[in-house]
This record gives sequence, structure tokens and C-alpha cells, in this order.
Amino acid sequence: MLDLRQYNSLGDALRAALERWPNETCLIEADRERENLRLTYRQFKEIAQALARALQDSGLASGIRAAILMTNQSKWLISAYAIFFCGGVLVPIDYKLTAAEQIKLLQHSSAEFLIVEYHLWRAITQAEGFSELRTRIVLVTEAPQNAELSGAKRWEDFRDSREPVFVPRERKDPACIVYSSGTGGRPKGCVLTHENYLEQCVALTSLYPFWPGVRYLSILPTNHAIDFMVGFIGPFTCGATVVHLRTLRPEFIREAFTKYQITYMALVPMVLKNLEKGLRQRFAELPKGKRTVLNVLIGVNKALTRRRPNVKLSRALLPQVHKAFGGQLRALFVGGAFTEPATLQFFYDLGIQVGNGYGCTEAGTAITLNDFKPFRADTVGKPLPGMEVKIVNPDSEGIGEVAIRSKTLMSHYLDDPEMTAETIVNGWLVPGDLGRVDSAGHLQLFGRKKNMIVTEEGKNIYPEDIETYFEGLPVREFCVFAANYLWPARTMVGEQLVLVVHPEPGQPVTAEVVASIAERNRRLLNYKRISGYLAWDRDFPITASMKIKRVELAEQIRRGLERSALVAL
Amino acid sequence: MAKYEQMKTLQDTTNEVLDLAATHFKVPREQLTADDDFFKKLGINSLQALDLLTRIEQHFRIELPDYELQGVSDFRTLAARIQSRL
Repeated sequence: MLDLRQYNSLGDALRAALERWPNETCLIEADRERENLRLTYRQFKEIAQALARALQDSGLASGIRAAILMTNQSKWLISAYAIFFCGGVLVPIDYKLTAAEQIKLLQHSSAEFLIVEYHLWRAITQAEGFSELRTRIVLVTEAPQNAELSGAKRWEDFRDSREPVFVPRERKDPACIVYSSGTGGRPKGCVLTHENYLEQCVALTSLYPFWPGVRYLSILPTNHAIDFMVGFIGPFTCGATVVHLRTLRPEFIREAFTKYQITYMALVPMVLKNLEKGLRQRFAELPKGKRTVLNVLIGVNKALTRRRPNVKLSRALLPQVHKAFGGQLRALFVGGAFTEPATLQFFYDLGIQVGNGYGCTEAGTAITLNDFKPFRADTVGKPLPGMEVKIVNPDSEGIGEVAIRSKTLMSHYLDDPEMTAETIVNGWLVPGDLGRVDSAGHLQLFGRKKNMIVTEEGKNIYPEDIETYFEGLPVREFCVFAANYLWPARTMVGEQLVLVVHPEPGQPVTAEVVASIAERNRRLLNYKRISGYLAWDRDFPITASMKIKRVELAEQIRRGLERSALVAL
Repeated sequence: MAKYEQMKTLQDTTNEVLDLAATHFKVPREQLTADDDFFKKLGINSLQALDLLTRIEQHFRIELPDYELQGVSDFRTLAARIQSRL
């Protein structure tokens, strides 16, 4: 791999990689069983530089912000490299947000350029707030021939064959503005520097190396911090290959493993659990005799890999299982949310390593990762090289708030010094998680201290952001909380959002109110929905500026009501 | 076949989607209505919804990209997305 200490910026390092491995395949894009595209590093460079030159001619220069809004595909990476080449700051936007939410983030980031897939652009042009969008240049990919582009240009035609000028950036300059969530009142735009990413890449590849010939299967969108690192920067700076699959359907993921002989893949817990379910189902369908033999072999593998993994041995003992994953798989990376230990153990017993860790956007990608020395399903591993983890105010069991210090910590939240000061205290990031570091140096997580939830798909949901959807509810006042924040629970799974409603004095929560709650809830994306409501009969404590004192209200609810008072929707 | 598909109304398509969902997720058909939130009613996550999309593709002989499910949670809207591709 490249020695990343020698480079000042992502653009610098990626440019060196394109020169270093011109004939290696860097990108393959597949859509179901069809292969759309295959590029060597040299071909990638030619396409990206033609785009970079056209972007430069349109004014993309040092420090100017350019957003990418796309599903999982090759043009994401080509566009990102072109932006870095021009010295631009990349703003990855989550394609799963609603168009109105995407517009809000584009506005908040002050992005002047937007590179977007046609169907997503079409939704934006029809959404509320479109007329206020201030992006200067919009490039649309894959637009049908006679499509109405609403002022945008076609990505495929936006190129210039003249040599672009590489714009250097310093390590401390911003590379990306990544929204960790917060599309409501207070967007959380994490400003991550080139140093943050270069240091993160060094730390991750020290545990999971890439090299020419390694094939990474990308099913997560690249706006996801994990895919950005292990599906772009990591493999590219090592001469490896990224295979984009433009669908999450299990049947095509299975096919891609064997067709492309995949080495690594990153996924979120929900997809991992789905893989587990599929395998368990296939095992259950085996004739009794074969199932018994399989169970014996799994037991043997388990015993022989108790101290450390042995991929060769596991492949020999369980050839059918490993063949189903292409026969070359070295590890799956899971992240974005908490993964249940039983799922991790299931895969480990089959000889499939799942790199499980702990991280957050504010700290780059990963903070801790399982090093398999030996495998433990009950922890999120040890701090990566260069990361310091400490527990603040531990109780008698050693459980307290997790704090992190490293060169991968974001610079700040965009335009929000107050929130930055709350999140990074004296150089230590406090993401709001409760944990303990055991005698072996492993971090164990026990729940959240913050009023937030993380879904199985890896989405951070801040209750405050959900409240805008309930505005106009026929009640005196309302507030959204994470259930585990109201009633602390030492668990990382099954998190829920609850709506606290205070009806007009003397009124109950009427059927009309409940119907109105349900109707508004339906407008939310399914993973953002509240699961129930709580009737509260006292005025909410408020500040002088009429804002709800959430901490105080939560304390009152905690004292006054049990979790059983929750009415499911 | 193509001609027949073109003749289908949105109501026909919606009913067929409801039939497919009932069979696929083993739910009594009479419990499902067009305006139901399928995530909630069927108790499924977004990956299981993709399974349903695959089943729908086979039935209607069309291809629906994953993004067609984006922001859709009721049968009627899903049926409208299918209808536009018939």
C-alpha cells in the first residue's frame, strides 16, 4: 500500500494510487447479474480527470463545496476523486433521506455543486424548498434521453479533454462535511479533515490489509462512513478492486460473492442478520444425516479456532459454506449500529470472521475493532492504533461514559460551535455511549446516555428532528424522546422513539389525537417512526426563550411514569 | 401478455400486490388493505420488503430498481410505481 504519511490530502494519495497501479482493475459495477462497467486505475484516471477539468472550468476550486447524492455506484467514486483533485470539499448526502431533507442539508452545507442521480434529482425538483436551492451547477447521471433536467447538465457529457490542474490541500484542511443526522432543526455537519481520513485509513488497514487482487464488495452507499473508508480510500490506496453492486437483494449478493471472488464486504447489522437467517434456513432444510455431519464439523471448527481464526482450516472443514461466499472471503465488516453477539458467534463458528467495532462519524469511521486475538462476541474490540479510549466517571462496575481522543476526530460541526463544545470536551469526543473497558482492553457497550437511537440499518435518529412532523397536533404541547433515555436500559438493541403528549387541561388523549399522531407518523420514513405515545398531564418545563427543557422533562417523566405507561401505536 | 398488462387498472395492480403480499408473508388476505403501511402490517424490515419486490417483479414481469421502494410504505403507492412500469 502507499505510505500515507507521505501525503497531505486524499486527492494527493488517490492521485498517487492511480499512477502506481495503472493496469490493475480498480472498479467493477454490477447491477443484478449484469456487469455495467469495469475500469483499470488508468481508465478511472482518464474519466475522472476529464470531469475534474470541466468542474474546474465551472469554478470548482480550493475549499468550494460539492455534494454527491447517489446510490451505490461507480460514478460516486469517480466524482469524489474529481472533487478532491480540484481541491473541493466533498459533501456526501444520504440518498435515503426525503428530497425535502436533502434540500435542507444542501442548503446548510452551502454546496455550490451537486452531482446527483436522475431519479433523485427529479424528486428534489418536485419537493418543497426546491426554489430556494442555491447550488450553482447540478450534474445529473443516467438521465433518460428526453428527460426534463430543470437546469441541470448531464454528468456523462460534462467533460473536457484538456489536462486539469491538481490543487494541493493541507492535512488540516476540510476534506468532507458529513451529516451524522439532524435534518430537522439542527443539522449535524461533521467537518472531517484530510488528516482524519488518512490516519483512519492507516489504522484500519493495519488490521485488515488490502493489496492488488483483493476484491471488496460494496453494497452500502458510499455516503456511509464505512463504505467511504473500506470501499474507496482503503482499497484505492492499496491497488485493490471495488465491486459495486447496485442492489441489496440477497440473491444477487450471493451471486456476486462467487462471481467476483470477494475478499471483504462491509454491511450493517440488518443485512448480516439476514445472511444469518438465510444460512440457518438452508442448514435446516438439509436431510437429517447431512445436518448432523454439518453440526459436528461446525463443532470441530469452533474448537480448533477458539484461540485464533484459521481461514484455511475452516475452508477445508466447511467447504460448502465457504464456497457459498466465493471461497476467498477473509472478513465481513459490520458497523453503523450495534450487532448482537449471537450473530457474530454464528459466523465465527463457521470460520467467517466478522470485523465488529465501534465508531461514529464524529471520529472518522472506527474507534475500536475486534482483533480476533482471540475472537470475542461480547465486546466491540480494542481501540485501533492511534485511538485512545477512556471511561469517564465509572460506577462500581466500571461502567461510565465513553470518551475518545485521536487524530481521526472531526474538526468541528459546521457552523455550530456550541454543539461542537458539547461533543468535544478538552480534546475528548463524548458520543454519549455507556461502556466499560475490561482487563483485556476490550470495550463493552451498555447503552446510550444521549437522547438518540441508532437503527439496525445504522441510522442515527435524534428525537428533536422528528418533532417537526408532529407540528399542529391538537394538543397543548408534545415532545419526542428515546425510550431508553427516559428509562435507562442497559441494552443496545430494540431502541424505540416515544411521543410525549400533554393534552389541553382536563382533556384526555382523544381518539382524534391518536388518529392524528398515527397519520403524521405514517409520513415519516419507516425507520424514523415513533412506536408509541405517553400521556402527560403537567406543563413541560421551559426556558426563558420558550424552549422545552428536555433534560428536566425527562427527569420528571422518569420519576412519574413507568415504561408500562407507553401506549403502542 | 404486454397488451393484457397495459389494460390493468391501478385497482387491479393494487389487488394483485395485496394478494402477493398475503401469500408471501402468510397473512390472511382479508386483513390487508391498499392504504396499509406494509412495514407495520406485515412486521417486516426494508430487506424483507425487497423480497416482496422480487416476488412482484416475477409476477408482473418487470424490473423494479431498489430505489423504487424508497420512501414508499403503503401498498397503494407501491402499486402506482408498478403501474407506471407496466
